[in-house]
Amino acid sequence: MFGYYLDLALRSLKRNKVLTALMVLAIAVGIGASMTTLTVMHLLSGDPLPGRSDKLFYVQVDDNPLPGKQKEPMDVMTYQSAMDLWTAHKGDRQAIIVDSPVKLRAPDTTLPPLMMPMLSTTADFFAMFDVPFRYGGPWRAEDDAARARVAIISADLNDKLFGGANSVGRTLRLRDTDVRIVGVLAPWRPSPRYYNIAGGRFSGGKTADYYSKPQDVITPFSSALELNDGNFYQYSCWQLPPAPGHLQNAPCVWLALWVQLGSAAKATAFKRFLDGYVGEQVKSGRIVRPENTRLRSLVEWLDYQGVVPSDVRLQTWLSFGFLAICLFNTIGLLLAKFLRRGAEIGVRRALGASRGAIFSQCLVEAGMIGLIGGIGGLLLTLLGLSLVRRQPVAFADMVHLDTRMFLLTFVLAIATSLLAGFLPAWRASRVTPGLQLKTL
Amino acid sequence: MQIQPILAALRKHRLATLLIALEIALACAVLCNACFLIANRLQAMQVNSGVDEASLATLQISGFDEAQANDVNARILAGLRAIPGVQAASVLNSIPFGEHRGRVGITTDPEGKHFAGVVELYLGGPGSVEAMGLKLIAGRKLQADDYQPFTGVFPSTAPVLMARELAEHLWPGADPLGKTFWVDRWSYRVVGIVDHLATPAPGWAGRSAPGWAAFVPAQPGPNLAGSYLLRAAPADLGRVLRDARTLIPKIAPDAVLDQEGSQTISDLRDSFFQEDRTMAFMLVGVIIALLLVTALGIVGLASFWVQQRRKQIGIRRAIGATRGDILHYFQTENFLIVSGGIGLGMAMAFALNLVLMKFYELPRLPLFYLPVGAVVLWGLGQLAVLGPALRAAAVPPVVATRSG
Repeated sequence: MFGYYLDLALRSLKRNKVLTALMVLAIAVGIGASMTTLTVMHLLSGDPLPGRSDKLFYVQVDDNPLPGKQKEPMDVMTYQSAMDLWTAHKGDRQAIIVDSPVKLRAPDTTLPPLMMPMLSTTADFFAMFDVPFRYGGPWRAEDDAARARVAIISADLNDKLFGGANSVGRTLRLRDTDVRIVGVLAPWRPSPRYYNIAGGRFSGGKTADYYSKPQDVITPFSSALELNDGNFYQYSCWQLPPAPGHLQNAPCVWLALWVQLGSAAKATAFKRFLDGYVGEQVKSGRIVRPENTRLRSLVEWLDYQGVVPSDVRLQTWLSFGFLAICLFNTIGLLLAKFLRRGAEIGVRRALGASRGAIFSQCLVEAGMIGLIGGIGGLLLTLLGLSLVRRQPVAFADMVHLDTRMFLLTFVLAIATSLLAGFLPAWRASRVTPGLQLKTL
Repeated sequence: MQIQPILAALRKHRLATLLIALEIALACAVLCNACFLIANRLQAMQVNSGVDEASLATLQISGFDEAQANDVNARILAGLRAIPGVQAASVLNSIPFGEHRGRVGITTDPEGKHFAGVVELYLGGPGSVEAMGLKLIAGRKLQADDYQPFTGVFPSTAPVLMARELAEHLWPGADPLGKTFWVDRWSYRVVGIVDHLATPAPGWAGRSAPGWAAFVPAQPGPNLAGSYLLRAAPADLGRVLRDARTLIPKIAPDAVLDQEGSQTISDLRDSFFQEDRTMAFMLVGVIIALLLVTALGIVGLASFWVQQRRKQIGIRRAIGATRGDILHYFQTENFLIVSGGIGLGMAMAFALNLVLMKFYELPRLPLFYLPVGAVVLWGLGQLAVLGPALRAAAVPPVVATRSG
């Protein structure tokens, strides 16, 4: 029966080409617009570390000693808080994170010096965030303590400086210090760059830069303090720092702290430890709002920071509004199409076709329009995505259609057309045979 | 033209009528808000920076030793000034649409109790004010001895120039000249008011406004180095900047030139508003596609109605209706349906605006968008229905005598 309906649907579609083309076009344009934005949205709002993100927590304390009614702690913390909490080793793993611009030279090459963003962290970072290596590996905890002059570089930088060869053991010059490369990352492109995100809630939704590539040089935090002192940026200060860029004893917050906590019980215990630490600091007068401690999971932190750019969200809403209009349009056109065939339907009904048969035949025809519209929509989506890729935004290089989104394009197209076809098909199936036959 | 019979006829096509009306309503809601969003973006892009954009460029250099800062400054300024066509070169830390380096919270009392907002303090060496082309509207110009050496983030005390918008915010209705504001314990006395000076990132959300900026004079040194302002005639500027960029590695081989940061101010403005421009283009695309789809929907349904009513039209023609009558019938019918859609659409436009206000800090939709949107949709409806209506008017009276 289905095959017969398909045949009927094809014939019917061919009969009125203009009307069919209009419907297919409406579905295709609506699907193209919404799938383009949905793909970008999906890419930007997904869990960056599935299966692991619920065990990673972002630690916050309110270091600002000035009185006030702030409800939330600042996004990062002081050197003292970060070091105290990190050295306590109360989590399964913990990492301090900060980035700073550093002047980089490769003595073995002829490249001019470059200013590069450098990520500085502690040894656990790589295991916590599942960072992939191509050559070598992370430095060890002893290197953190020894302020070892070591570095790990990205696949991109390794390609640029060493033509992609194994550069472990070679030397880089960071500012005025030689460091030894101990590891080279495999291509790694987290979306967003979740480990150092702060200030997002004040950015007015302009957060596209959170999706830029990871830093190309990674060094131990303790070593970076020495080799790049004077080049650190504060996130915020409650007093002017006496020497700009030298932040270890400055009244400024600038460091992020992540902990890995394997179970809910551990998370509760860590929160208790955190509150206890802050309670002690209150006694010394360094902290005045002990209630402002937070332990947000990775996904909660990204939500709180509002990482998905507001323009991307707006575009998604708009395109679905647009799809709704296309849907109404298709309903109207299908209605016109089906009811025009009143006489034909009347005959079929008089010859014994049930209402259900008419209904399903009409739906098959609607679904067929959806399928053709879906193909058009897919092409338009690919076009839309290539336009997004050409935009000068930080996430442009990540934009592509994956299998799930490819399938979703067709599911959405057919679902839309079936939804559009439902009402007209129902109306068509209510056609009374007698009345139609009389007017013949 | 009588409306009553048209309404009666529409009642027989309730579903189709409702669909067109709903489509129009949705289109109206999206159209009004999309236009409003575009207008907002365009308005944001028009922000007056207060500086002489067409004649200015900036150079950003880093990677030199802090101890060498004075030397680097002197060599680079001398080198820049020697480029033919350069009218002025000075050291200036922040720049409109470029880096912001002086964003601080200020208070209007020494105890720090009256927080007055987060502002940008432009920190610049001699010649910066003149090079930027700031328009002094009150008070005095800065003198050579106003530019003091300093060791911290800013000089601990200095006479400053302030943008009018910030002065009005700090001391509404009062004369700002001679008044003082504080950053922590450091104090700045206002000696002059400039007409406009925008913060480097106008539109940055938070407790700030585009014109909350002031200029703090200082001697270039370790904490004021590596960021330069370059002035040339607009026609020369591109070449001057290119020359400067090739000159830097020769003057300061140890330093790294920031290629992306070293631009003309016009180019910096362009990239600063890149996202807004993209969004505006996209919204225009949505509007065009939306109007097109809506129009095609009307064409489709109207054609169907014409075909369905061929016989009635023939009868009407046979009993004396003119072609004009038939044409007007379809036009009036469309006008009525679109009007219904617009009525609903206006309510939806407001509802949508409320949602946008909540999530996107958008102002309230001005009322005049609604009549404009209505006129556009009426026009669109009439245009879309014209084809089918003309075909209807062309139905010969003789159709009345045929069956089917």
